[in-house]
Amino acid sequence: MSDEATPVSAAVAATVTPPGPLAGVVTVFRREFGAYFTTPVAAIFLVIFLVMAGVLTFNVGNLIDPRGQASLRVFFNWHPWMYLFLVPALSMRLWADEHRLGTLELLTTLPLTLRDLVVGKFLAAWAFAVLALALTFPVWLTISFLGDPDHGVILAGYFGSALLSGGLLAVGCAVSAASRSQVVAFVLAVAVSFFMLLTGWAPVQAFFQSWMPQAGVEALASVSFLTHFRHSFLRGVVDLRNLVFFCTVIAAGLWITGVLLRAKRQGR
Amino acid sequence: MSASLLIDARSLVRRFGSFRAVDGVDLAVSAGEVVGFLGPNGAGKTTTMRMITGFLEPTSGRASLCGFDVGSDPLAAKRCLGYLPEGAPAYPDMRVDEFLRFVARARGLRGAQARSGIARGIDLLGLNSVRKQSIETLSKGYKRRVGFAQALLHDPPVLILDEPTDGLDPNQKHEVRSLIRTMGEQGGKAIVLSTHILEEVEAVCTRAVVIARGQTVFDGTPAELDAKAPDSVRQGRLDHVFRELTRSASVDKKEVLV
Ligand SMILES: Nc1ncnc2c1ncn2[C@@H]1O[C@H](COP(=O)(O)OP(=O)(O)OP(=O)(O)O)[C@@H](O)[C@H]1O
Ligand SMILES: [Mg+2]
Repeated sequence: MSDEATPVSAAVAATVTPPGPLAGVVTVFRREFGAYFTTPVAAIFLVIFLVMAGVLTFNVGNLIDPRGQASLRVFFNWHPWMYLFLVPALSMRLWADEHRLGTLELLTTLPLTLRDLVVGKFLAAWAFAVLALALTFPVWLTISFLGDPDHGVILAGYFGSALLSGGLLAVGCAVSAASRSQVVAFVLAVAVSFFMLLTGWAPVQAFFQSWMPQAGVEALASVSFLTHFRHSFLRGVVDLRNLVFFCTVIAAGLWITGVLLRAKRQGR
Repeated sequence: MSASLLIDARSLVRRFGSFRAVDGVDLAVSAGEVVGFLGPNGAGKTTTMRMITGFLEPTSGRASLCGFDVGSDPLAAKRCLGYLPEGAPAYPDMRVDEFLRFVARARGLRGAQARSGIARGIDLLGLNSVRKQSIETLSKGYKRRVGFAQALLHDPPVLILDEPTDGLDPNQKHEVRSLIRTMGEQGGKAIVLSTHILEEVEAVCTRAVVIARGQTVFDGTPAELDAKAPDSVRQGRLDHVFRELTRSASVDKKEVLV
């Protein structure tokens, strides 16, 4: 055997047009987004989301608050708790299924980068969640009809809700990458998301306050999804700090996903 | 060897824990060669292929495809590769044509290029009747053929096929074998296929590589493999040689255990 292995097929490989920098992400995105609609998951998710959004808003909480001010505050207040179960249902299959079906072997031997795969899948799930959110627009129409809400505040609420679902999805992605089973991925994602939300929930904070120094309580609250969601977007403020917070969470979740997948290739 | 070394794997080692599944395998394949990769269950064939295709990182050693290092230039290496993984994994909820379209896009094929690649794959593997069927409803043999078609779309110079004829009926076995032979002879591709059917090696391969316990125990032409059997053996000569080659390995193992 000689050492001169010439790249004969540099030419062959070049016959395929070099794709643009986003081509891989778009390809993965299209498949994943489409996959949500070939299974009943999509329909179930949309129905549950819309029904819950409606029921919770109009029955459990009163749309017209005691001061007689029409707002969607009650509606958005329920979002973290709806997402707690619905977002892990979206993220659970993302990687767990690839492991189980063996298709990860196919994906990782296609000329796609790990970044294409991780980002493409995440964006597909996020786009689906945002689509579900957008379909709640009748709630907005209703409130506009019933009263005179501040549309800026509502828009900020939608924006914050979309960011919140993105943050929770990134958590779910990482959990899914670590698991072969969708069920395990779902349960784990709910547990982790619950923790990320709870640290900012008033009763839990009160509990911490009883024995923890104030700085500790504040530190916990500052990493809570709930705090960042409620304290800015629901007041109609799009605060840069909260925006940066959710973007950081998403970036971190995707980075961990990549690390976990790479670890799998190296055989743990 | 010639300058057209399309697959070049050097001293590949892969450990799982303390177990060496692949223990220093070299594999160099030039254009036009069809290599039959043989070995008993658990010999390390799939693991070797996974390292060459970049799915698994080797514990040590390196592999290159078309001169591009799989570790340091994975995209260029993967562009000239067509790979049928063990068990032909595919997305059960996709239709055959959707699945092929997805792979074509992922390979960077667009428009007419993609259409002709998909048409070629469907035609060569006889998938026309199941084009619109979802993959989960396919029989085992058709599923394998979809996996093969997926590997051919972009007419790659390198083909790595893990048990391509497993689960095919005799007619399809025959067709797929002649397809592989033609692609090697006329297409000038470098092809590695693993199999448990020794006649397949005589029928399609220009070279046979036998591994056992993660090590190469034979590398030569099928005729040379056959010649290793004593003349007294008339029937199943290759089976005889295979048993001799790989049994000595397992005897060693027993001695270690005792
Ligand atoms: N992910 C893994 N973790 C631990 N051990 C593994 C792993 N993958 C493979 N092995 C072991 O490595 C050895 C080689 O497996 P491999 O799949 O490469 O064999 P093979 O030659 O393809 O066998 P077969 O003919 O049955 O397909 C086996 O003993 C197997 O149990
Ligand atoms: Mg195998």
